[in-house]
Amino acid sequence: MPAREGIYGLLAEFETPGDLVRAARQARADGWRRMDCYTPYPVEEAAEAIGFHRNKVPLITLIGGLMGGAAMFALQVWVSVLAYPLNIAGRPLYSWPAFIVPAYEWTILWAGLSAGFGMLALCGLPALYHPLFNAPNFRDGATTDKFFLCLEALDPKFNLAETKAYLAAFKPTSVVEVDY
Amino acid sequence: MATKGVKPPEHWIDPATGEYRVIAPGQTFRSITEKIARIVLTPHTPMGWFGLFTVAGGGATVLLVAITWLFLKGTGIWAITQPVAWGFAIINFVWWIGIGHAGTLISAILLLFKQGWRNSISRFAEAMTIFAVMCAGLFPLIHTGRPWVAYWMLPLPFTMTVWPQFRSPLMWDVFAVSTYATISLVFWYIGMVPDLATLRDRAQSKIAQYSYGLLSVGWRGSVRHWMRYETASLLLAGLATPLVLSVHTVISFDFAVAVLPGWHTTIFPPYFVAGAIYSGFAMVLTLAIPLRKFYHLESLVTDRHMDNMGKVMLVTGFIVAYGYGMEAFMSWYSADHWEAFAFWNRAFGPMGWSYWTLIACNLVIPLTTLWSRKLRTNIPFMFFISIVVNTGMWFERFVIVVTSLYRDFLPSAWGTYRATKWDYATFVGTLGFFTFMFLLFVRFLPMIPMNEIRMLLPAAKIKSKAAEAAD
Repeated sequence: MPAREGIYGLLAEFETPGDLVRAARQARADGWRRMDCYTPYPVEEAAEAIGFHRNKVPLITLIGGLMGGAAMFALQVWVSVLAYPLNIAGRPLYSWPAFIVPAYEWTILWAGLSAGFGMLALCGLPALYHPLFNAPNFRDGATTDKFFLCLEALDPKFNLAETKAYLAAFKPTSVVEVDY
Repeated sequence: MATKGVKPPEHWIDPATGEYRVIAPGQTFRSITEKIARIVLTPHTPMGWFGLFTVAGGGATVLLVAITWLFLKGTGIWAITQPVAWGFAIINFVWWIGIGHAGTLISAILLLFKQGWRNSISRFAEAMTIFAVMCAGLFPLIHTGRPWVAYWMLPLPFTMTVWPQFRSPLMWDVFAVSTYATISLVFWYIGMVPDLATLRDRAQSKIAQYSYGLLSVGWRGSVRHWMRYETASLLLAGLATPLVLSVHTVISFDFAVAVLPGWHTTIFPPYFVAGAIYSGFAMVLTLAIPLRKFYHLESLVTDRHMDNMGKVMLVTGFIVAYGYGMEAFMSWYSADHWEAFAFWNRAFGPMGWSYWTLIACNLVIPLTTLWSRKLRTNIPFMFFISIVVNTGMWFERFVIVVTSLYRDFLPSAWGTYRATKWDYATFVGTLGFFTFMFLLFVRFLPMIPMNEIRMLLPAAKIKSKAAEAAD
């Protein structure tokens, strides 16, 4: 658990996505690891720049889908063969082609639920409080038209005065301290 | 007329890139955000909204009354009896769920095909899907006659130890429609989270800040979150695509699996899906045209959107036309007496007027005119076409349900069908309820996805690493 007092990090604000990506690439190259970018729409280059290439959403979706489909198919077989066998015109009880449709629907249902809620869980959301919301310029900018780079205090390279100067070299609009 | 004007007009071409514009030039991240967020966050609700809301609320009340009376008296208040045991309820069910399909097509299939123009219309098309599925789901539920035991359709361990019959397409419907409603809702909500965060950060009143704050689950726009969000959106789109195709396929099985002439045909699944998208796009137009006018969104929902939607309707309209042609052809080619009679009866029997209404509304009027770009970008004309196609598609379901049922194999079992005032009240009521929900949506939720529109702006373009090194 990070300390819940003192400084969370330093937040640099940029006007364009290009400036943000350039700064993030440089910071990564200089050895920064505890950092993040905040943008009003997905900027793939910024994720690449901070070294975030892969995520686990597809895996969770696959597992969810397979489990949903298997569960529905198993349920139908159990109901139709064991729990409540119905003889309809002498057709076989294990009439698996008919069971494909609900199993298919449940594959999609659970894959979709896993994708949506798995994504939120991986992001650690819902999280209604975050230190960044304390930054005065963050809330108006990050969801509208500004691009932010945050170097976090947990990084071993972090030193308030030096890091501030380091960020200022990228010529951001502003650099602010973010408190917990 | 089609050969002229294949090239789009000059002012639609972006001089910087030579690309066909999706949204009007001269907009910034902030101007777009303000334009869309203001509609929701303004404390002043337009009078026109209240006027429409009153009318729609009246319609929703009619639905409430109709359903209450139905629950008190039973399905006998409708015109359904032998031989037409599936009347308005099933017609409306198929019609509404078909309308929903265009929302999923726009949000999922066009996303996979990287059609940037979909961004402006995807959110309210998805909302349309959800409200249409709500209306659709209502009909089979109340058509069961005893809706309070509708949960018997679910595989639950009751004390009676009775289980559902999974070999029936009607059971498949339960899973197809419930999955469709759930996934549409998840897709819609997940897509809206970043925009809800924008509203949270721009809201002035405490109530708005709290409600959008809760709904946006603390979204802060971290690029790590964005990448997962993009992956999840793509996956949901990839899942919704086979889902949307399967839903109307399963619904067509309700008919096609029966042995009734006019229903028992293999063309039904593709023809139902195409028809669903056809009517759905018509409904998107019916909603988009007044919305862009009323909220001055012409710079975001542009003529190009009208043009493209017209093209989609042209294509799906022709698939539907092929379906009608195949039905007629098969009634002759099958050499089956009953099939031939079913078709003859549809077109020239006592209810032939419904067949010719459908031909006029779905084929003759739209498929002769939608070829012309001039007409496709003529807004009043497109509104007219959207109403015509919606009417036509409703009649298509009427023709399929009623004209197949009312004269089957034995002339002694023939009957007729005349809808009662309660049938009409329920149908009109769902139209009111749909409008009611849609008006609430445009007042309280962002109807255009701001984060996706931002990506369309020239300011969002970033030079690649290589290009930067070359500078």
